[in-house]
Amino acid sequence: MSVLAVLVRRELSLAWTRGGGALLAVGFFVAAAVMLPLALGPAPERLAAVSGGVTWVVLSLASLLSLDRMFERDFDDGALDLLALGPLPLEIVAAVKCLAQWTVSGAPLAIAAPVVAVGLGGPVALAPMILVVAGLGGLSFAFLGGTGAALALASHRGGLLIALVVLPLLTPPVIFGGAAIANFGSGLPWSAALCLLAAYAFACVALTPFSMAGACRNAQS
Amino acid sequence: MFSALANPARFMAFSRWAAPILGVIAVGLIGAGLWLGLNAPPDYQQGETVKIMFIHVPAAWVAMLAYACLGGASFISLVFRHALADAAAKAAAPLGAAFTGVALVTGSLWGRPMWGAWWVWGDARLVSVLVLFLLFVGYMALRASIEDEAKSARAAEILALVGLINLPIIKFSVEWWNTLHQGESIMRAGGPTLAPAYLTPLLLAGAGYSAAFGALWLERIRAEVWRRRATSLALRAALA
Repeated sequence: MSVLAVLVRRELSLAWTRGGGALLAVGFFVAAAVMLPLALGPAPERLAAVSGGVTWVVLSLASLLSLDRMFERDFDDGALDLLALGPLPLEIVAAVKCLAQWTVSGAPLAIAAPVVAVGLGGPVALAPMILVVAGLGGLSFAFLGGTGAALALASHRGGLLIALVVLPLLTPPVIFGGAAIANFGSGLPWSAALCLLAAYAFACVALTPFSMAGACRNAQS
Repeated sequence: MFSALANPARFMAFSRWAAPILGVIAVGLIGAGLWLGLNAPPDYQQGETVKIMFIHVPAAWVAMLAYACLGGASFISLVFRHALADAAAKAAAPLGAAFTGVALVTGSLWGRPMWGAWWVWGDARLVSVLVLFLLFVGYMALRASIEDEAKSARAAEILALVGLINLPIIKFSVEWWNTLHQGESIMRAGGPTLAPAYLTPLLLAGAGYSAAFGALWLERIRAEVWRRRATSLALRAALA
């Protein structure tokens, strides 16, 4: 088995067991979405109007949840040092970690998102668009979130710091994704917003591994 | 010119005079700009509120300039590992946050009579300046939360460069969103559409704000250099 395949298997199983894995993110996502009708009142037309956007923003918050364990556990027990010495460059290791994070938390969130949106009273026709937007957006959340997690390694106080550092960076994907969902729902052209979201997500995949590797090396030095 | 200033001793000698001189220039230019601006005729649509522009627009320009300086200094520090560039990046962040804050508050004061609301979310530029403010806050929070100075500097540099990607998107969002905000009226093909009675004080105030940023930046870098010297002296005294 190649080194890369071993690493992918390791990261996937670690991400799956880390802090409850998919259950934690999806559970938070659903619970936070349940709070919304309780706060806004049960009027169906009001809930239907905000369902798409609220689903999208709660999803972006839910994807921040398990970030602080992404690098920290490996950093604390020394596994990150071994990975840095290993045959694969740290950039690849960081990218695999983010992909595992996306597989375990981003993809389940993307599958739960249309259910939550329809549950809030959103139109069923919106469901495929929400699925695509949540999947693509989740990719950029995982990679940007990984950057925040790697940067916070040297501080030993993950959680809130990661959210504060990462949230402003998440604005472009949140804007593009929100525009794609809103335009799709009201019958306006949506392909530009979706293309911008995809471009942003793939740019994150291509570029952030370098910043993550740099941040990890800095924390290790 | 800048490589000569990379020498800390030469920088301190230069900035000792440059900072107060820039400060005097800033006071003169901002004073002249505000004098001309406040005496300009009221706009036929916006009335007297148009005069908030002479405080608001230069602050937004300098806020972006401050992030560009922060990103540039971070890049130099990351590539050449130069201590002075790191001090420059560290010193630029609170200034940038302050200018962004001025732009946000004055924009909101202008929006109340014009839009009838303190804050209009449909406006791309207002929102992107708010994001810029949050970027500065995140940068300062990351810097403050890492105790080891070398590690804190390097992590902050990486964050600054990642955030630099956001600056072109701020500009882009103006084009992408068709919003309530005034369209670009200075930097556009076919020359400025602003009347000279407004353009001259605006440009004067813009130059004055930039000089003020320069003066405060140099002064803060000097303070950071002194602070580091004091820390290392205290360390040496403690070890002796």
